[in-house]
Amino acid sequence: MRCNSSSPSMRGLSKRKTIWVPAFAGMTLILLSPAAFADSNLPPAYWSDRQLPDPRQEAQAQALMDELRCLVCQGQSIADSNAEIAGDMRDLVRRRIAAGERPAAIRAWLIQRYGSWISYKPTAEPAAWPLWLAPLALLAVGAFLVRRRIRMGRRV
Amino acid sequence: MSRAVRFAPLAILIVLLAGLVWRLATPADTTVTSKLAGQPVPMFALPPGITTKAALTTSDLATGQPHLVNIFASWCVPCISEVKVLQQLKARGVLIEGIAVRDRPEDIADFLARNGDPYERIGSDEQSRVQIALGSSGVPESFVIDGKGIIRYQHIGAITEGDVRLILAKLEEAK
Repeated sequence: MRCNSSSPSMRGLSKRKTIWVPAFAGMTLILLSPAAFADSNLPPAYWSDRQLPDPRQEAQAQALMDELRCLVCQGQSIADSNAEIAGDMRDLVRRRIAAGERPAAIRAWLIQRYGSWISYKPTAEPAAWPLWLAPLALLAVGAFLVRRRIRMGRRV
Repeated sequence: MSRAVRFAPLAILIVLLAGLVWRLATPADTTVTSKLAGQPVPMFALPPGITTKAALTTSDLATGQPHLVNIFASWCVPCISEVKVLQQLKARGVLIEGIAVRDRPEDIADFLARNGDPYERIGSDEQSRVQIALGSSGVPESFVIDGKGIIRYQHIGAITEGDVRLILAKLEEAK
Protein backbone atom coordinates (compact mmCIF):
# COMPACT_ATOMS: atom_id res chain seq x y z
CA MET A 1 0.00 0.00 0.00
CA ARG A 2 2.61 2.47 1.06
CA CYS A 3 4.90 1.36 -1.74
CA ASN A 4 2.52 1.83 -4.61
CA SER A 5 1.51 5.18 -5.85
CA SER A 6 -1.21 5.20 -8.43
CA SER A 7 -2.78 7.90 -10.52
CA PRO A 8 -6.32 7.90 -11.78
CA SER A 9 -6.80 6.67 -15.30
CA MET A 10 -7.78 9.31 -17.79
CA ARG A 11 -9.84 6.97 -19.91
CA GLY A 12 -13.52 7.82 -20.13
CA LEU A 13 -12.97 11.54 -20.02
CA SER A 14 -14.47 12.04 -23.46
CA LYS A 15 -17.77 10.38 -22.69
CA ARG A 16 -20.10 11.90 -20.12
CA LYS A 17 -17.63 14.59 -19.20
CA THR A 18 -20.03 16.17 -16.78
CA ILE A 19 -19.87 13.21 -14.40
CA TRP A 20 -16.28 12.17 -14.84
CA VAL A 21 -14.47 15.47 -14.61
CA PRO A 22 -15.57 16.29 -11.04
CA ALA A 23 -15.10 12.65 -10.08
CA PHE A 24 -11.52 12.58 -11.36
CA ALA A 25 -10.81 15.99 -9.89
CA GLY A 26 -11.98 14.65 -6.53
CA MET A 27 -9.92 11.48 -6.86
CA THR A 28 -6.84 13.47 -7.85
CA LEU A 29 -7.33 15.73 -4.84
CA ILE A 30 -7.60 12.72 -2.56
CA LEU A 31 -4.51 11.13 -4.10
CA LEU A 32 -2.51 14.34 -3.85
CA SER A 33 -3.44 15.07 -0.26
CA PRO A 34 -0.52 14.28 2.02
CA ALA A 35 -2.59 12.02 4.25
CA ALA A 36 -3.43 9.61 1.44
CA PHE A 37 0.23 8.67 1.08
CA ALA A 38 0.31 7.77 4.77
CA ASP A 39 3.82 9.04 5.27
CA SER A 40 4.92 10.94 8.34
CA ASN A 41 6.32 14.46 8.44
CA LEU A 42 9.56 13.37 10.06
CA PRO A 43 12.79 13.09 8.08
CA PRO A 44 14.25 9.59 7.47
CA ALA A 45 16.10 8.04 10.41
CA TYR A 46 19.79 9.00 10.56
CA TRP A 47 21.32 5.73 9.35
CA SER A 48 18.51 4.78 6.97
CA ASP A 49 20.27 6.12 3.87
CA ARG A 50 23.78 6.70 5.19
CA GLN A 51 26.68 4.29 5.04
CA LEU A 52 28.55 3.31 8.18
CA PRO A 53 32.07 4.82 8.27
CA ASP A 54 33.65 1.38 8.75
CA PRO A 55 33.48 -0.38 5.33
CA ARG A 56 33.56 -3.84 6.89
CA GLN A 57 30.57 -3.04 9.10
CA GLU A 58 28.73 -1.41 6.21
CA ALA A 59 29.27 -4.55 4.11
CA GLN A 60 27.86 -6.66 6.94
CA ALA A 61 24.86 -4.36 7.29
CA GLN A 62 24.26 -4.33 3.54
CA ALA A 63 24.38 -8.13 3.34
CA LEU A 64 21.85 -8.40 6.17
CA MET A 65 19.55 -5.69 4.79
CA ASP A 66 19.44 -7.51 1.45
CA GLU A 67 18.05 -10.54 3.26
CA LEU A 68 15.38 -8.84 5.37
CA ARG A 69 11.90 -8.46 3.99
CA CYS A 70 10.14 -5.11 3.97
CA LEU A 71 7.02 -5.31 6.14
CA VAL A 72 4.70 -3.22 4.00
CA CYS A 73 5.93 -3.98 0.46
CA GLN A 74 6.40 -7.65 0.88
CA GLY A 75 8.24 -8.44 -2.34
CA GLN A 76 11.19 -6.18 -1.54
CA SER A 77 14.11 -6.31 0.83
CA ILE A 78 14.51 -3.42 3.27
CA ALA A 79 17.61 -2.43 1.28
CA ASP A 80 15.44 -1.88 -1.80
CA SER A 81 12.35 -0.36 -0.25
CA ASN A 82 11.45 3.30 0.04
CA ALA A 83 8.87 2.69 2.76
CA GLU A 84 9.47 4.61 5.97
CA ILE A 85 9.42 1.53 8.16
CA ALA A 86 12.05 -0.07 5.91
CA GLY A 87 14.21 3.04 6.43
CA ASP A 88 13.73 2.70 10.18
CA MET A 89 14.72 -0.96 9.96
CA ARG A 90 17.90 -0.06 8.03
CA ASP A 91 18.66 2.46 10.76
CA LEU A 92 18.13 -0.26 13.37
CA VAL A 93 20.38 -2.74 11.52
CA ARG A 94 23.23 -0.23 11.02
CA ARG A 95 23.02 1.04 14.60
CA ARG A 96 23.24 -2.45 16.04
CA ILE A 97 26.06 -3.51 13.75
CA ALA A 98 27.95 -0.32 14.63
CA ALA A 99 27.41 -1.24 18.29
CA GLY A 100 29.17 -4.55 17.63
CA GLU A 101 26.17 -6.87 17.40
CA ARG A 102 26.52 -9.87 15.07
CA PRO A 103 24.24 -9.92 11.99
CA ALA A 104 22.95 -13.38 12.99
CA ALA A 105 21.82 -11.98 16.35
CA ILE A 106 19.96 -9.10 14.71
CA ARG A 107 18.28 -11.51 12.29
CA ALA A 108 17.28 -13.77 15.20
CA TRP A 109 15.90 -10.76 17.12
CA LEU A 110 13.69 -9.84 14.14
CA ILE A 111 12.59 -13.45 13.53
CA GLN A 112 11.54 -13.62 17.18
CA ARG A 113 9.20 -10.71 16.46
CA TYR A 114 7.95 -11.27 12.94
CA GLY A 115 8.61 -14.96 12.35
CA SER A 116 10.98 -16.55 9.83
CA TRP A 117 8.91 -14.74 7.22
CA ILE A 118 11.02 -11.59 7.76
CA SER A 119 14.21 -13.28 6.57
CA TYR A 120 14.86 -14.23 2.95
CA LYS A 121 17.65 -16.59 3.96
CA PRO A 122 16.38 -20.17 3.57
CA THR A 123 16.24 -22.10 6.83
CA ALA A 124 16.58 -25.82 7.57
CA GLU A 125 13.35 -26.00 9.56
CA PRO A 126 11.02 -28.95 8.73
CA ALA A 127 8.61 -26.75 6.75
CA ALA A 128 11.42 -26.07 4.25
CA TRP A 129 12.52 -29.69 3.80
CA PRO A 130 10.39 -30.28 0.67
CA LEU A 131 12.15 -27.32 -0.95
CA TRP A 132 15.58 -28.80 -0.25
CA LEU A 133 14.51 -32.30 -1.30
CA ALA A 134 12.54 -31.33 -4.43
CA PRO A 135 15.60 -30.86 -6.70
CA LEU A 136 17.03 -34.22 -5.62
CA ALA A 137 13.68 -35.93 -6.19
CA LEU A 138 13.35 -34.33 -9.64
CA LEU A 139 16.90 -35.38 -10.55
CA ALA A 140 16.10 -38.94 -9.52
CA VAL A 141 12.92 -38.96 -11.61
CA GLY A 142 14.86 -37.52 -14.57
CA ALA A 143 17.60 -40.13 -14.26
CA PHE A 144 14.99 -42.86 -14.09
CA LEU A 145 13.22 -41.60 -17.23
CA VAL A 146 16.48 -41.24 -19.16
CA ARG A 147 17.54 -44.73 -18.18
CA ARG A 148 14.26 -46.16 -19.37
CA ARG A 149 14.50 -44.25 -22.63
CA ILE A 150 17.95 -45.64 -23.32
CA ARG A 151 16.83 -49.19 -22.60
CA MET A 152 13.76 -48.86 -24.81
CA GLY A 153 15.89 -47.40 -27.60
CA ARG A 154 18.17 -50.45 -27.52
CA ARG A 155 15.20 -52.78 -27.87
CA VAL A 156 13.93 -51.00 -30.99
CA MET B 1 5.16 -45.60 -23.44
CA SER B 2 2.26 -46.62 -21.28
CA ARG B 3 -1.00 -44.74 -21.31
CA ALA B 4 -0.57 -43.41 -17.76
CA VAL B 5 2.85 -41.92 -18.53
CA ARG B 6 1.54 -40.32 -21.71
CA PHE B 7 -1.14 -38.46 -19.77
CA ALA B 8 1.20 -37.46 -16.96
CA PRO B 9 2.04 -33.98 -18.40
CA LEU B 10 -1.67 -33.24 -18.78
CA ALA B 11 -2.29 -34.31 -15.18
CA ILE B 12 0.56 -32.09 -13.96
CA LEU B 13 -0.83 -29.17 -15.96
CA ILE B 14 -4.28 -29.66 -14.44
CA VAL B 15 -2.84 -29.79 -10.94
CA LEU B 16 -0.85 -26.58 -11.59
CA LEU B 17 -3.88 -24.80 -13.04
CA ALA B 18 -6.05 -25.90 -10.12
CA GLY B 19 -3.42 -24.50 -7.75
CA LEU B 20 -3.34 -21.18 -9.60
CA VAL B 21 -7.13 -20.87 -9.67
CA TRP B 22 -7.31 -21.74 -5.97
CA ARG B 23 -4.76 -19.05 -5.03
CA LEU B 24 -6.54 -16.48 -7.20
CA ALA B 25 -9.87 -17.28 -5.55
CA THR B 26 -8.45 -17.28 -2.00
CA PRO B 27 -5.44 -14.92 -1.93
CA ALA B 28 -2.80 -15.58 0.69
CA ASP B 29 -3.15 -13.60 3.92
CA THR B 30 -0.44 -10.92 3.84
CA THR B 31 -0.97 -9.49 7.32
CA VAL B 32 2.15 -9.72 9.42
CA THR B 33 1.33 -10.82 12.95
CA SER B 34 3.59 -10.30 15.93
CA LYS B 35 5.09 -13.50 17.31
CA LEU B 36 5.39 -11.97 20.77
CA ALA B 37 1.91 -12.98 22.00
CA GLY B 38 2.27 -14.69 25.36
CA GLN B 39 5.60 -13.00 26.01
CA PRO B 40 6.45 -9.97 28.13
CA VAL B 41 6.46 -6.52 26.54
CA PRO B 42 10.07 -5.75 25.47
CA MET B 43 11.89 -3.24 27.65
CA PHE B 44 11.50 0.30 26.39
CA ALA B 45 11.33 3.85 27.67
CA LEU B 46 9.77 6.35 25.29
CA PRO B 47 9.87 10.12 25.78
CA PRO B 48 6.49 11.87 26.12
CA GLY B 49 4.60 12.39 22.86
CA ILE B 50 3.14 15.69 24.08
CA THR B 51 4.25 17.95 26.88
CA THR B 52 0.99 17.71 28.83
CA LYS B 53 1.07 13.93 29.22
CA ALA B 54 3.36 11.40 30.89
CA ALA B 55 5.86 9.36 28.91
CA LEU B 56 5.43 5.61 28.38
CA THR B 57 7.77 2.91 29.66
CA THR B 58 7.48 -0.88 29.98
CA SER B 59 6.98 -0.59 33.74
CA ASP B 60 3.82 1.49 33.18
CA LEU B 61 2.25 -1.59 31.60
CA ALA B 62 2.77 -4.03 34.48
CA THR B 63 0.57 -2.35 37.07
CA GLY B 64 -1.75 -5.24 37.88
CA GLN B 65 -4.43 -4.01 35.50
CA PRO B 66 -4.81 -4.84 31.80
CA HIS B 67 -3.87 -2.11 29.33
CA LEU B 68 -4.68 -1.48 25.71
CA VAL B 69 -1.58 -0.18 23.92
CA ASN B 70 -2.57 1.66 20.78
CA ILE B 71 0.05 2.32 18.11
CA PHE B 72 -1.09 5.37 16.19
CA ALA B 73 0.12 8.45 14.34
CA SER B 74 -1.27 11.87 13.55
CA TRP B 75 -0.51 11.21 9.86
CA CYS B 76 -2.49 7.97 9.81
CA VAL B 77 -5.97 8.30 8.31
CA PRO B 78 -7.68 5.20 9.81
CA CYS B 79 -6.47 6.39 13.24
CA ILE B 80 -8.89 9.32 13.05
CA SER B 81 -11.99 7.12 13.05
CA GLU B 82 -10.40 4.76 15.57
CA VAL B 83 -10.14 7.50 18.21
CA LYS B 84 -13.94 7.64 18.57
CA VAL B 85 -14.06 3.91 19.29
CA LEU B 86 -11.13 4.20 21.70
CA GLN B 87 -13.08 6.85 23.57
CA GLN B 88 -16.01 4.47 23.91
CA LEU B 89 -13.58 1.94 25.39
CA LYS B 90 -12.15 4.58 27.72
CA ALA B 91 -15.70 5.39 28.88
CA ARG B 92 -16.00 1.74 29.84
CA GLY B 93 -12.93 2.00 32.04
CA VAL B 94 -10.27 0.70 29.65
CA LEU B 95 -6.77 2.07 30.26
CA ILE B 96 -5.45 3.10 26.85
CA GLU B 97 -1.78 3.94 26.34
CA GLY B 98 -0.61 5.50 23.10
CA ILE B 99 2.57 4.99 21.10
CA ALA B 100 2.86 7.73 18.49
CA VAL B 101 5.00 6.52 15.58
CA ARG B 102 7.20 8.97 13.65
CA ASP B 103 5.34 11.95 14.99
CA ARG B 104 5.93 15.51 16.27
CA PRO B 105 4.51 16.90 19.54
CA GLU B 106 2.66 19.72 17.78
CA ASP B 107 1.07 17.29 15.30
CA ILE B 108 0.02 14.91 18.08
CA ALA B 109 -1.51 17.79 20.05
CA ASP B 110 -3.37 18.95 16.95
CA PHE B 111 -4.60 15.40 16.24
CA LEU B 112 -5.91 14.99 19.81
CA ALA B 113 -7.54 18.43 19.83
CA ARG B 114 -9.35 17.65 16.61
CA ASN B 115 -10.36 14.02 17.15
CA GLY B 116 -10.42 13.51 20.93
CA ASP B 117 -7.98 12.14 23.45
CA PRO B 118 -8.51 8.64 24.88
CA TYR B 119 -4.92 8.18 26.09
CA GLU B 120 -3.57 7.91 29.64
CA ARG B 121 0.01 8.31 28.45
CA ILE B 122 1.63 8.82 25.06
CA GLY B 123 5.14 7.70 24.18
CA SER B 124 6.87 9.14 21.14
CA ASP B 125 8.49 6.50 18.91
CA GLU B 126 10.32 8.63 16.36
CA GLN B 127 12.24 5.88 14.58
CA SER B 128 9.59 3.14 14.91
CA ARG B 129 11.96 1.30 17.27
CA VAL B 130 9.38 0.26 19.85
CA GLN B 131 6.96 -0.55 17.05
CA ILE B 132 9.53 -2.96 15.57
CA ALA B 133 10.43 -4.31 19.02
CA LEU B 134 6.75 -5.20 19.46
CA GLY B 135 6.57 -6.96 16.09
CA SER B 136 4.09 -4.43 14.74
CA SER B 137 4.18 -3.63 11.04
CA GLY B 138 1.96 -0.58 10.66
CA VAL B 139 -0.45 1.92 12.15
CA PRO B 140 -2.97 1.58 13.65
CA GLU B 141 -2.34 -1.53 15.65
CA SER B 142 -3.24 -2.35 19.25
CA PHE B 143 -1.98 -4.78 21.87
CA VAL B 144 -3.83 -6.08 24.91
CA ILE B 145 -1.33 -6.30 27.77
CA ASP B 146 -2.25 -8.08 30.99
CA GLY B 147 -1.51 -6.84 34.52
CA LYS B 148 1.88 -8.57 34.57
CA GLY B 149 2.98 -6.91 31.35
CA ILE B 150 2.46 -9.97 29.11
CA ILE B 151 1.20 -9.42 25.55
CA ARG B 152 -2.15 -11.21 25.26
CA TYR B 153 -3.62 -10.10 21.97
CA GLN B 154 -2.67 -8.10 18.88
CA HIS B 155 -5.28 -6.23 16.87
CA ILE B 156 -4.11 -5.29 13.37
CA GLY B 157 -5.78 -2.29 11.77
CA ALA B 158 -8.24 0.18 13.28
CA ILE B 159 -10.50 -0.95 16.11
CA THR B 160 -14.02 -0.42 14.76
CA GLU B 161 -17.37 -0.35 16.55
CA GLY B 162 -17.76 -4.00 15.64
CA ASP B 163 -14.51 -4.89 17.45
CA VAL B 164 -15.48 -3.29 20.79
CA ARG B 165 -16.96 -6.50 22.18
CA LEU B 166 -13.90 -8.52 21.11
CA ILE B 167 -11.46 -6.04 22.65
CA LEU B 168 -13.45 -5.90 25.92
CA ALA B 169 -13.48 -9.72 26.01
CA LYS B 170 -9.71 -9.86 25.46
CA LEU B 171 -9.17 -7.29 28.21
CA GLU B 172 -11.43 -9.31 30.52
CA GLU B 173 -9.41 -12.46 29.76
CA ALA B 174 -6.23 -10.56 30.55
CA LYS B 175 -7.44 -9.60 34.04
